[in-house]
Formats: sequence, C-alpha cells, structure tokens
Amino acid sequence: MFMQEPMLEVQNVTMKFGSLIANEDVSFSVHKGEIVSLIGPNGAGKTTLFNCITGFYRPYAGRIYFQGRDITGRPPHEITAMGLTRTFQIVKPLKEMTVKENVLTGAFLRASSRKEAEKIAEEVLEMTSLSGKKDMPAGSLTIADKKRLEIARALATGPKMVMLDEAMAGLNQTEIKEAMELCLNLKNRGITLLIVEHIMEAIMPISDRVVVLNAGKKIADASPEEVTSNEEVIKAYLGERYHAKSKKSEHGV
Amino acid sequence: MNVKNFRIDTLYGILIVILLLPFMNSNINFRHVMVIFLIFAGLGEAWNIITGFAGQTSFGHAAFFGIGAYTSTILFYKFGISPWIGMLAGAVLATVISVIVSYPCFRLKGHYFAIATLAVAEIIKQLFISWDYVEGATGISIPIVEESVTSMQFHSSKIPYFLIAYVLFLITTMTARYIENNKMGFYLKAIRESHEAAEALGIDTTRYKLYAMMVSAALTATFGTLYAQYILYIDPFMVFTLEVSMKIVLLSVLGGLGNIYGPIIGAAILIPLSEYTRVYLGGTGKGIDLMIFGALIIFVACFEPNGILGLLKKKRSRRRGDVYARADA
Repeated sequence: MFMQEPMLEVQNVTMKFGSLIANEDVSFSVHKGEIVSLIGPNGAGKTTLFNCITGFYRPYAGRIYFQGRDITGRPPHEITAMGLTRTFQIVKPLKEMTVKENVLTGAFLRASSRKEAEKIAEEVLEMTSLSGKKDMPAGSLTIADKKRLEIARALATGPKMVMLDEAMAGLNQTEIKEAMELCLNLKNRGITLLIVEHIMEAIMPISDRVVVLNAGKKIADASPEEVTSNEEVIKAYLGERYHAKSKKSEHGV
Repeated sequence: MNVKNFRIDTLYGILIVILLLPFMNSNINFRHVMVIFLIFAGLGEAWNIITGFAGQTSFGHAAFFGIGAYTSTILFYKFGISPWIGMLAGAVLATVISVIVSYPCFRLKGHYFAIATLAVAEIIKQLFISWDYVEGATGISIPIVEESVTSMQFHSSKIPYFLIAYVLFLITTMTARYIENNKMGFYLKAIRESHEAAEALGIDTTRYKLYAMMVSAALTATFGTLYAQYILYIDPFMVFTLEVSMKIVLLSVLGGLGNIYGPIIGAAILIPLSEYTRVYLGGTGKGIDLMIFGALIIFVACFEPNGILGLLKKKRSRRRGDVYARADA
C-alpha cells in the first residue's frame, strides 16, 4: 500500500558521548501537519536528539530523513534552508540587535531584497504579537518574550517544520495559553511541529501524537490519551505527578 | 524615518567636512595629518567589517596592509607597472591570502582566533625580512619618477594624495555601510551574537565570515599601496609590524566597535596625537602617542566598553531621561 512519505523520519539514531549513551536506537516519524511532542524525564536525551536532527551533532549511528532526503550529519544551516528549523531551550537572542532586526535576520533566508525581508518580518511579528516591541533591544526582553522571539525568528526563515525546544518553560499560565494558541495557529498554517516540553497540561491538549523517551530509549509513541495511560510511561516518568495534578484539578483545587 | 534621515545626514556632513578641511588650512603638516588620518580611518572601517560586525577579532591586519604595500611596490620597482594596477593586484593577493589563512583559523573560537591572526602576521613579516627578492630587511626605496596620476607620485603638493586617500576612505566607508544595512550585515552580526542561533537561521557561518574577511583584506591592502606611494619607502618593520595592527584595533575600539562612525572618531583622536607628537617632539617623543592612547583605552574600557560612541549615546539618553524626570516632577 502506498503511504504518504513522512515529513521527518528518524531511523535507529544512537548518540554517544564517550561511554555515555544519550540516545539509543531511537526511531519515529512526523507526518505533514502534525503536532508531535517529545517528552521524557530530565536527562532522557530529548535535547540531544534535537541536536542530532538539526545537525548540531552528528549521530553515532542511524539516519535522519527530512522530506525523503537524507540529512544525517548535514550542517544546521543547510537543514534550515531545506525548511526544518528549531528554537533553543536556552534562548539565544541576538542581544545587541532589536527585536525586528532579529526577525529580519531570519527573513533574509527566503527574501531576495531588504524590502521583501521587511515584509516577512512584519508579518511574523504580527503573528507572534511582538509588533509592539519591535524596536526594543532583544537583550532587554522578558523571558516570555525572548521565547516568543525564538519562535518568531524561526518562523521568519519560512520553515515547513519547526522544532520547539521547551518553548514554554518558565512561562506563567497566561503566557502558556498564548503559546498553545500560537502552536495551533501554526498548525493551521500548515507548519508541522515537533515539540520538546515538560509542561504536560500544555502539550497534551494540542499534540496529535506523543513520543516518550526514557534513559535515551523510546518507550512509547501514541496518542496523548494512550500515552497517559501507558503503564511503562507512568512508571518511568509521568506517574503520580501528572495524575495527581489532573485529579486535583478535577476536585477544583 | 526621521532618525534614519538624521543618521544619513550626519555621515554626509562628516564626509563633507573632512573633504574641505585641507583646503581651508594649507599648512603642510596639517595636510600630512589629514592623509594619515584618512588612511587609518579607512583601515579601521575595513577592520570593523570582520571584527566589529562579524565579531572575529583580527590582530593581524598589518599582514594585508603590508601585502598591499609590497605588491604594488614590487610591480613598480621590478617591472615598472603602474601602482594603480599594483593596488588592484595587491587587493586580489590579500583576498587570496586571507582565504588561505582564515579558513583554518575560523575553526578556532574567540581568543584563539585572535592569537592565530597575530601569529600569521608575524610569520609573514619574518618571511619578508629574510626574502632577498623583496630586499629583505633593507626595504625598498620606490624610484622617484615625474609626478603624475599614473605613477601615483606627487612631489609638489599633498592634495592629490589626500584626494586618493579620500576616495579609498569613501569606498571603504560606503562598503561598510552597505554591508551593515543589507543581508550580509545582519548575518555577520548574528554570527557575532551567537554562532548557533545564526546556523539555526540558515546562515552558513563559515562562508559569511570568509566573505567578511575577504572584503576587509582587499580594502586594507589598497591603503597599503597608497601608504607606500605616499612615504615612497617601505620595509617589513614599517608595514608588517604589530604596531600597525594595534593602531587599527585601538582606534576602532576607542571610537566604538561595530559602528561605521567608530573608526572615524578614533582616528580623529589618535592620528593627530601621534603625528603631531612626532612632528614636535621628533625621536624623543616616539611612543608618547601610544602611551596617551593606551591611557585613553584603559579609561574607555573601564567606564564605557562601547567606546566614545557608547559614551555619547548614553549621555544623550540620560539627557532625555532628565527631561522626562523634570516633566514628571
């Protein structure tokens, strides 16, 4: 049977640092238009896997395909140019530049002139609600806005797929709500998302599928509902915390 | 929009004043200082592209300056080729050498890159000192010929030298300005701020750093040719020396890094200081300029790491703050 080719396909990726195995034989795929979340306890190897996919690390073994093309070990800028880009867990604003200049830098990837880049930047600033702060130095933004700027800059490169590395960590409830809406908004615009996140309440409602890593290995790959009731996942990680929280909220606490 | 217009006007204003100055004062020393000022302001602008914009500190720009000086001089001295062609050849050669040297050096980050550039420049200097074909440590006296534009030699007035220096300075400043306002400038600054973020934005960091270095090296070399034609004598200790590299670094840092006004302000302070102390104190005053300048740099580094420009900016925003404060009261 002919199946639609996945947007991103990770095949048996293993990554080692010396004798430490950060990722072990991890495989999964992301299809066009999906929001897939990558979760796991601290040290499960999520960011390492991100770095392998986006070319910042060269995996020890395994292959990675984006739109059918082998991107294993390709430099990050080439991968971004192909339409797969990322944000960083530890935000990296171009501090000395303004918010708009940050976004403009990303926009130059697909723009042939400064004017065109300006237009893309304006659109992205509007979409991410940063228009009002466009002339502020990026270094002076709040953490929530810096995270938003990470996303804005990534969007300015005109991606087909964006990988968000803990874009919601450190945000308050309202900000998390806004970030969730932004994710759904991107999905509606046809952008595929792969999200690493710790805040379960935020990603469970918006994810189409959840991939769970534990100690470098994939232990589950299913819908949010299935994952939350998966024995192994609960044992490894979600466990009491998520359940306790959801029970609490049922009791209206 | 208004702010932008103001900035463009400021630059044009400065350029016009610089152009008029030597015609308002015919003192020969003053005109000499203006020529040297333009050469070093231009060198600062060229250096600013790789270090101020792209954040790759080069302590070895004397290498490109010397290559520019030696290429035109050798071509004229040995083959009678016009220094104008020599200038182009020097720029091309400096570009090629910058690629060969920087490509491996760009693997080094931060201080290590800076040290590597310093070492490479010293190696090139040693090569020229012991290279017989270019007269080694003795240096070359450029044969004096009748003054003409083609020979780039003028004996009766310093004005032609000034005009050539002005044109080179203008080309360099406008190149820096064009880069700053377009894709390349944004890319270079992104590389300076964060290599990783730049890569994630689709920027081929190595390629753009290389471009910046090539442009910077080519422009630097053209000033080397002019300097040789102006002094009419060169030796490795004069053009390949660390002192040239350091002067370029110091004046740009003093003025303000990563901004096209920085090198102009820095050169306007350092060059008159060093040339006038040399004129009035002669041999006894050697080094006084650098001592004063060193003190200035320490002062700037302690109080305002963004240079004099940073100081001005801060003062302006403080004054604006005062107004608001008063309005509040």
